[in-house]
Formats: sequence, C-alpha cells, structure tokens
Amino acid sequence: MNEQVIKMLLEGIVDTLYMTFGSVLIGYAVGGPLGILLYVSGEKGLKPNKILYRCLDFVCNIIRSIPFLILLILLIPFTRLIVGQSYGSTATIVPLVICAAPYIGRVVESSLNEVDAGVIEAAKSMGASNFQIIFKVLLVEARTALLTGFTITTGLLLGYSAMSGTVGGGGLGDIAVRYGYYRWKTDIMIITVILLIVIFQIIQNVGTKVSAHFDHRKR
Amino acid sequence: MSTIEIKNLTKKFEVEGHVVTALDHINLSIEKGDVFGIIGMSGAGKSTLVRSINFLERPSEGDVLIDGVNLADLTEKELRKTRSGIGMIFQNFNLLEQKNVIDNVCFPLEINGVKKKDARKRAKELLVLVGLQDKEKAYPSQLSGGQKQRVAIARALATDPRILLCDEATSALDPQTTSSILALIKQINEEMGITVVIITHQMSVVTDICQKVAIIDSGRLVEQGPVDKIFRNPESDAAKELISGKEIRYTPVRDLQSVRKIRIVFQENSAYEPVIANTILELGTPVNILKADTRNVGGRAVGEMILGLPEGEEIQEAVIGRLKASGLAVTEEETQSVSLSPDARRPVSPASAGTTEVEHE
Repeated sequence: MNEQVIKMLLEGIVDTLYMTFGSVLIGYAVGGPLGILLYVSGEKGLKPNKILYRCLDFVCNIIRSIPFLILLILLIPFTRLIVGQSYGSTATIVPLVICAAPYIGRVVESSLNEVDAGVIEAAKSMGASNFQIIFKVLLVEARTALLTGFTITTGLLLGYSAMSGTVGGGGLGDIAVRYGYYRWKTDIMIITVILLIVIFQIIQNVGTKVSAHFDHRKR
Repeated sequence: MSTIEIKNLTKKFEVEGHVVTALDHINLSIEKGDVFGIIGMSGAGKSTLVRSINFLERPSEGDVLIDGVNLADLTEKELRKTRSGIGMIFQNFNLLEQKNVIDNVCFPLEINGVKKKDARKRAKELLVLVGLQDKEKAYPSQLSGGQKQRVAIARALATDPRILLCDEATSALDPQTTSSILALIKQINEEMGITVVIITHQMSVVTDICQKVAIIDSGRLVEQGPVDKIFRNPESDAAKELISGKEIRYTPVRDLQSVRKIRIVFQENSAYEPVIANTILELGTPVNILKADTRNVGGRAVGEMILGLPEGEEIQEAVIGRLKASGLAVTEEETQSVSLSPDARRPVSPASAGTTEVEHE
C-alpha cells in the first residue's frame, strides 16, 4: 500500500468524522427544539396543542418515511442552493441534517416522555414556569436517555454518511464506492469497512460510558 | 380569615366521553396553624382535592381562597408566586433523581431566583432540621424511603411556605418510618407555625397528628370536625369504616355469634373506673369483649373496645345505658347475623360489609 492510499484514507477518516459530527450537531440544533416542541404540544405535554402536534408529527413522518438514498437525490437542487455544489463532504451534510432532524426530534420526544410525571408535578407545585420545567427538570432528568439517543443518532449518521459515497459524498464511503466497487480494489474496500467499524465502536463505547457516568439513578 | 378556604368546590373529569364527578361541592375551612387531615378510601377524590388547593387541578366550579386571595383571580405569574408559598410532599417523594440531596433542596430556591450561595446556606439549615446533614452529596437512589421523604420535606420548606400539603406522604413507608416522618411534620407545624394539610387513607395517621379531620367519600365531604370527637363518635358510614372497619375484618369479630355489637371509646378520665367489670356485676349479665385496643389520638391515649352484648333488647339497652352513664362514647357496630332488636342497625349491604380492603394507591 503506497503513501498516496494512506493519505487518501486519512483524509477519508477526517471527512467522515466531519460529515458525521457536523450533521449531528446541526441536526440537534434543529431536531432538539423540534423534539421539545413535540413533547410540549403532545397530549400529555406541558401545553397540549393538537394542531401543532399533528403538523409536526406529519412532517416528521413524511421525511422519515423517505429512504435516505432517495432523499439524497431529491435534495440535490436544495443542496446546490445552500452549499453551491451537490457533491463533497459539506454538501452531504445538508441531506444528512434533513434526514436526521426528524429522527432526533423523535428521540428527544421519547426521552422527555420517560421523565416521571410526579417530578414535573413537584416542580409545578414549587411555582416553576413551563420554561423552567423544560430546562431545569426535563432536560436534566432525561439526560441519560438523551445521551444514549445522541450516541445512537451519531452511529446512524456515520452509516448514512458512508452511503452518500454513492453520489459523490466524500469520506470513507466515497472511497469504498470508488475503489472497491468501480475499480475492483477489494483490499481498499475492506480497509474502509474496518475503519468504519472501528470508528463506530469508538463512538458507541464512548457514548455508553458518558451516559452511564452522568446517570445517578443507580449506583 | 382562614388560611385555606374551599367554597363549593366541584371537579369534573371527562373520561372516555363520560363525565365523572371527582369532587362534589366541597366546603372546608382550614385555620392557620392547623394540622388538618383529609381522609378517604382510594378514589374518594382526596388527591384531587389537595391538588385544587394549589391549583395543580383547576376546579370546574367553586373557589379556593388562600389567605383570602381567590386563586381563580390570579394571573399565571401570580399563581406561580402563590404556589411557591405552599410546600407539597408526595407519596413517591418526586425528587430529582439526577440531582444530589443539596441540589434537590436548593431547587425551589433556584426556580425563585435566589442566589446560589444563599440557597446553599438555607438548604444546609434545612438538612440539619430533617437530620440529613451528612447526606448532602448523596443521590436519591442511595437513600431509603424515609430519608427521601425527609429530603422532600426539606425541599418543600426551602421557600418558607405558610402551608404544607402532604399527599399520602407516608403511604409508601413502613410503620416505624411513618411515625418518625409524622413526628417531623408535627415538629415543623409546632416550631414554624406552618399550616399542614394531610391527605391519607390511614386513620392512624390522622389520629397521630391531626387536630381536625374531614372525611371524603365518593367525592363528597361526609363529616368533619375535631379528631377526638369523630373518633369517639363517628356518624357517617365512611368514618365508621375508616375507624374500625379494616381492623375488625382482620379479626374474626364479625363471625362471632353475637346478636348485637357495640363499640365503646374511653379516655383517661373514664379509665380510672373498671367500667366493664362494674357493669357486669351490677347488671348480672356477661358481655363479651371482642376487641380491645389503645390508640394515640391527638397525643392522648384513647381506649377502644368492641363488646358483644347478651340477647334481649332490655338487657342490651341496660348495658348501653350503664356504659353511657360512665361517660363512654357508645356506637353500634356492624353485625352480620340479623339483629333481633327493633332498632337494628342499617341493613348490611354487601359493599360495606364485604371484604373491601383499603388499598394502597
């Protein structure tokens, strides 16, 4: 294996991490508030609002029902509008975020739903406002579930970022497709797969450890 | 002016298209410094009632006045302010599991915008009060049930409330822990002058620390008054059930072949005279002692007995008359066998005479 291939693989790792974490972070910036809104407007939320909940619910379901590969292609014009081009790592973040946001919204919503209603009632009895309940009770008490959700989402987006290689997305997936699929270089493909497995393992293990560390419920 | 005044309070819920009346025109006045018990079976509506006092549940009709202020007239912000002056503790403690003890106690202060340093100071004082100064850094999962409730009490007191609401606060605790928590609540009431409202299904909790009691049955207020009076002479079926029902069913009292049973309650003054023995000697008739017990009612020892009377209305009345003459409170007990006496008690319905157990919620 020559130096060029190693350099390419290293760049691939950086690109993959850039796409994964870039999309997770922007995804949470959009999906986090979405999840909170879904929880708050839900039937058992702090301010139930059927119309708002149904709208958000509908949009989430529509986006989540489109397979990522199709979404990737459907969004090409939109991506070009925002990033200026439809290929490369930065361009891939756009469909990744749009795919991830509703997913993250659901993960956040279900994490918040797990919070004991009694604790929320106790906070209300102390005179807490809804805003305080969200930021000082719900997000704190749901911390473990939220961190677990964050880990799962990151793993999912790592996989999706590799998938975007088929349309010239960049990163390890792109290398696997270009070399392994189009040029029959099985060895390079196997290396990229191993690298993806290693990255996934690291993300999952770190995530599990961190969420366990911040969980004070059972010790 | 009463600290808490409940006027014509009605609460209706809609459950699957049906309207359920959880509370039906309740009127209650709770005075400053009272330890007020609200007792009823599961589903009687007492939890809804306590949640109406701080408007966690908005009433369908009627008013709740705290220190003369009608909660319905308040804006959301004013209501939150009022709530912070009413502490509340719960059956399941409802502590923040991800915060340690001191942060839990600081929490209501944090919500009310108290500076962190001042909040810590106040929290430490309160932890000393509840006897948990060495558990500051512990998380709720490391505490026992009694300790969790102590933390909850410290948390409820953090904002210097005028009122403390206790919603089945001892129902998840064992008897020993229950009495230590009740002693703490009593201490708080006496030392800080906080008005305490206690919701429970356990008569022993009411007799232990409450001065006044209201009995709720199927959403209606059926009886209220001083605890010792109601314990001595319960009028409503629900009160009788709560006072003696459960214990009697555990003992085979009901199965004994007595024609008529009475319950007598005597206090210190009547305990000097051997009333039962004298009655038997004077009237020359045996009475059967089916159950005897001593209880602490509002800090005083109160004896309670269930007697089986001999057959014959005349002699029964003579015994009752003799007991009443000695200053004892006498009430009729439920009898399973059909009574021969014409002034027989109300017919025993299966629902009230059956094995209805008071459930833990």
